[in-house]
Amino acid sequence: MKQWKKHSSTLKRVFYYIGFYRFLVLLSLMLAGITVALTLYMPILTGEAVDYIVGKGRVDFVGLFTVFKRMLIVLLLTALMQWGMNILNNYVAYRVVMDIRTKAFKQLQILPISYMDSHSHGDIISRVIADIDQFADGLLMGFTQLFTGVLTILGTLLFMLHVNIQITIVVVLVTPISMLMAGYIAKKTFTMFRAQSEARGDLTELINEMVGNQKVVKAFGYEKEAQDRFQTINGRLKVSSLKATFFSSITNPATRFVNGLVYASVATVGAFSVIKGRLSVGQLTCFLSYANQYTKPFNEISGVVTELQNALACASRVFELIDEKAMPSEEGKGQLEEVRGDIKIHHVNFGYQKEQMLIQDMNLSVKKGQKIAIVGPTGCGKSTMINLLMRFYDVNSGAITIDGIDIYDVTKESLRKNFGMVLQETWLKTGTIKENIAYGCENATMEQIIEAAKSAHAHSFIKKMPQGYDTMITEDGGNLSQGQKQLLCIARVMLCQPPMLILDEATSSIDTRTELLVQQAFEKMMEGRTSFIVAHRLSTIKEADCILVMKDGKIIEKGTHDQLLEQHGFYYQLYQSQFSK
Amino acid sequence: MRKLLKYLKNYKKESILGPLFKLLEASFELIVPLVVAGIIDVGIYNKDMNYVLKMGGMLILLGVIGLTCSITAQYFAAKAATGFGTEVRNQLFAHLNQFSYQELDKVGTATLVTRMTSDINQVQSGVNMVLRLFLRSPFIVIGAMVMAFTVDVKSALVFVVTIPILSMIVFGIMKASMPFYKRVQQCLDRITLATRENLVGVRVIRAFNQQEREIEQFQKNSLLLLHFQKYVGRISGLLNPITYIVINLAIIALIWTGGRQVEIGRLTQGEVVALVNYMSQILVELIKLANLIVTTTKAFACANRISAIFDMTPSIVDKNTERKTDNDTDIMVQFNHVNFTYGDSVEDVLTDIDFKVKRGETIGIIGGTGSGKTSVIQLIPRFYDVKKGAVFVDGQNVTAYPQEQLRKKIGIVPQKAVLFKGTIRENLRWGKKDATDEEMMKAVSIAQAREIVEKQGLDYKIQQGGKNLSGGQRQRLTIARALVKQPEILILDDSASALDYATDARLRKAIKEETKGMTVFIVSQRASSVRYADQIIVLDDGKIVGIGSHDMLMKECKIYQEICLSQQVREEGAK
Repeated sequence: MKQWKKHSSTLKRVFYYIGFYRFLVLLSLMLAGITVALTLYMPILTGEAVDYIVGKGRVDFVGLFTVFKRMLIVLLLTALMQWGMNILNNYVAYRVVMDIRTKAFKQLQILPISYMDSHSHGDIISRVIADIDQFADGLLMGFTQLFTGVLTILGTLLFMLHVNIQITIVVVLVTPISMLMAGYIAKKTFTMFRAQSEARGDLTELINEMVGNQKVVKAFGYEKEAQDRFQTINGRLKVSSLKATFFSSITNPATRFVNGLVYASVATVGAFSVIKGRLSVGQLTCFLSYANQYTKPFNEISGVVTELQNALACASRVFELIDEKAMPSEEGKGQLEEVRGDIKIHHVNFGYQKEQMLIQDMNLSVKKGQKIAIVGPTGCGKSTMINLLMRFYDVNSGAITIDGIDIYDVTKESLRKNFGMVLQETWLKTGTIKENIAYGCENATMEQIIEAAKSAHAHSFIKKMPQGYDTMITEDGGNLSQGQKQLLCIARVMLCQPPMLILDEATSSIDTRTELLVQQAFEKMMEGRTSFIVAHRLSTIKEADCILVMKDGKIIEKGTHDQLLEQHGFYYQLYQSQFSK
Repeated sequence: MRKLLKYLKNYKKESILGPLFKLLEASFELIVPLVVAGIIDVGIYNKDMNYVLKMGGMLILLGVIGLTCSITAQYFAAKAATGFGTEVRNQLFAHLNQFSYQELDKVGTATLVTRMTSDINQVQSGVNMVLRLFLRSPFIVIGAMVMAFTVDVKSALVFVVTIPILSMIVFGIMKASMPFYKRVQQCLDRITLATRENLVGVRVIRAFNQQEREIEQFQKNSLLLLHFQKYVGRISGLLNPITYIVINLAIIALIWTGGRQVEIGRLTQGEVVALVNYMSQILVELIKLANLIVTTTKAFACANRISAIFDMTPSIVDKNTERKTDNDTDIMVQFNHVNFTYGDSVEDVLTDIDFKVKRGETIGIIGGTGSGKTSVIQLIPRFYDVKKGAVFVDGQNVTAYPQEQLRKKIGIVPQKAVLFKGTIRENLRWGKKDATDEEMMKAVSIAQAREIVEKQGLDYKIQQGGKNLSGGQRQRLTIARALVKQPEILILDDSASALDYATDARLRKAIKEETKGMTVFIVSQRASSVRYADQIIVLDDGKIVGIGSHDMLMKECKIYQEICLSQQVREEGAK
């Protein structure tokens, strides 16, 4: 019951999206109606034709010809209507799917980053891609088969009633058997399918772990255990899969059997009626083909219903994503322009979870052009500062100002425009190297791009690539080394020339020798720019105007290198430990 | 595909009986129109109610027999198909387990996962469908035609013309739409890629304010997808209407020729009806056949991909039984003028690597990205075979050991800290199946992971991919896992990258003090990590450019000096 409620609310929303194409849907419905009527008319014509050939010497050829003429017209019309209907349905279904998918993708752009951080990417992708695809299939099937199926059943009943009431009653009586049987099997198989997909899920998980990390498996000689575990789950899958496959495959023969019953009853009762003179032989053949046509939609509809249920379940998963609370609109907020780069942090409190505050009452004042180094042991929450400055996450209380303007009073776009960011995890887009460097400013000229690449020391390796700046970067940047990727990320920022910088251990995986050069470039870039650097490197730390020492997510010490050393505190320990044996 | 068929051999009986019962069912189905013809020609013509009743009963009986046959067939088919799938899965998994790193690099693990999961599933349902329908549908098509011949040769000629035309239309339309389906799939792939990119790169995208542009590009790709979907729709939407036209034209032709035969008394009215019925049966089966062919082509493609994996032979195969190691030797690891390259690449990754390591020594390996550090240490457990020269462990060439014995000696902590779903205890026991809690706790405290385990306990459940732990925590647990094994050789492949300097230093100190006699390799980019090793090997571009202690290298090795300089570890740091 509850499930149906959920289904119906999902259905309502699906209808909302379909509503944009209501005229096309209406047209398709009309075509469906006409097609059904014509296909139902066909057996009558065939029946009439059969009645013209009663026996030896009693064939009415003139009558046959007139019927043939009508048949020709009808079948051409039917085919045309059907084609039109198919095209319309196809168009509407995929159009709706595109709308929903675009909506979902747009949603991804306005969701807070915390959503991406806390949800598995695989899950989100499967919602945007696989679920919507499944939904498309269900929708298309629904369009093409549900309408015509229902119409065919109704139409057949009407036609049959019109011709002969007795036989119609027989047909109607047999119908519930078919429905009951299909329903029973569907219910039975549903639980079996679930068992199968559970076993399949477990197996996939194991495969993902063991095959995905084959190298670790090898290193620890875990192959045998892995195989044992695999075979156990695989055995379970075998059992549940056999059940699911077998029971679901009964549906077809079973419904075919019911069809057979209907067919047999129509043939017998019909023959009696013919003998009693209440029916012609032609009408009997017409009835027989109706009997075939009449039960077929039932099978189809029961198939469509499961498919639709599945489609709705998928749709509701997509809607869940779309309903996820987006970030509030920024209308009416000001722009952050011509920034000098004085940053002040006033009494900021922040935690990813309410119960666990990471930053408590933080205060900091940074003047234009100063360098702030953030240091501390692993997992101390150094990237938290980036999240707050870039407004990837919002503070719980307190304020951050730039040139005296609260960053919560301006649009995120204008705020971020003023920061250049290089993260430790390099991210490049699938596209050419040129496109990637110009990612932040599309309108950059080729000279500017090369200039940026040169100052990031990326120019020389780019030149060596097969197509130079037009070399395609494959997914995950597989054709570049980690260091090269990082250089491109730096070039990307160099091109934008933002007044403030945020660098996250940016040079940690660049080749140690080129690193010297890159650091020089960095220093040049940092000149006159306010910079935050999450750093391990001593040289950067030493030259910083202020060092924030973090531990367990909290800022525990603050000051210059010399000040901090004098304090003999945590920083002192940290510094000493680097060289202690 | 043929290679995979051998996995059906345990289900020979089922694979034969399944289609056989299907054929039986089909034969009964073919009798139905004849029975109806009998009702019309005998029952109605003679006004024989009993005969009609008898024939009606006959129809029901045919239905019952058909149902029994068909259910039997479905059962056999399902059994054979699932058995086949299970067998292939087991064998493929076992096969993968024999692969060396060489093969894993070549195929890529992501691909292997797809092969193991969706590809095998596709093939399994393909086998199921083929067993059920592949004989049935053609049988009914041809059977219907044969039956038509038995009724009347002249009318049957209509069938002879219609069937090829219908087949041509059905398969022609399928073939015409195939390339468009491929394009649709490509577009969908592109959309998937865009979605993944937008999730992974969300911070960069927002930092550069590129949301609008990403949406624009996404819409462009979506429109392209729609475009091809429309094409496919237009072509495949033709199938129903055209076959409808052909079949009905055939029926008109049948009634026409049939009518002429009736006129001269060669055919009865009932027989004409039977012919019309046969024609309708053919249409239904041809459509089924078309669908079946789509599934089987898909299954075939999947089967070929699976076969390709089976065809790959593991490049490292054990030939020998357990090897006695000769403990007299003092040299634990020795590289003897080793050259090495990945796969078939011409350029060597390592050139003339030659060094000796004594039992219990600590070796630092340092060098920039791509200098070959990881390549060197991967040769020790024989993850790859050398191209030239030889690697010795404990006095024996690594190729002389069975892999299991060799790897038992070595604990390796890979760059990527991978943990598995399960408790911390289960993870630690990867190294040693029967490790006690004390053994594990000892390893944990050497690995500086005591605080994690103390807070959470050994039974703490690690989620898939270790998601509920931080990078540093994962790294320390992977170190502990290698230590539980109590290996003779410990290899840390840049395993401290997520650790801060202080923890890194404590870790090295603990390893040195707590594991006497263990030979330790430390691969790092940080000079401070290898600073106090007994020997430091400096690699540059796959060659050893310096080997010796820190002090010696500071004097003699220019590249080492540069590295230290860039990291500000000067002499003064040693104070």
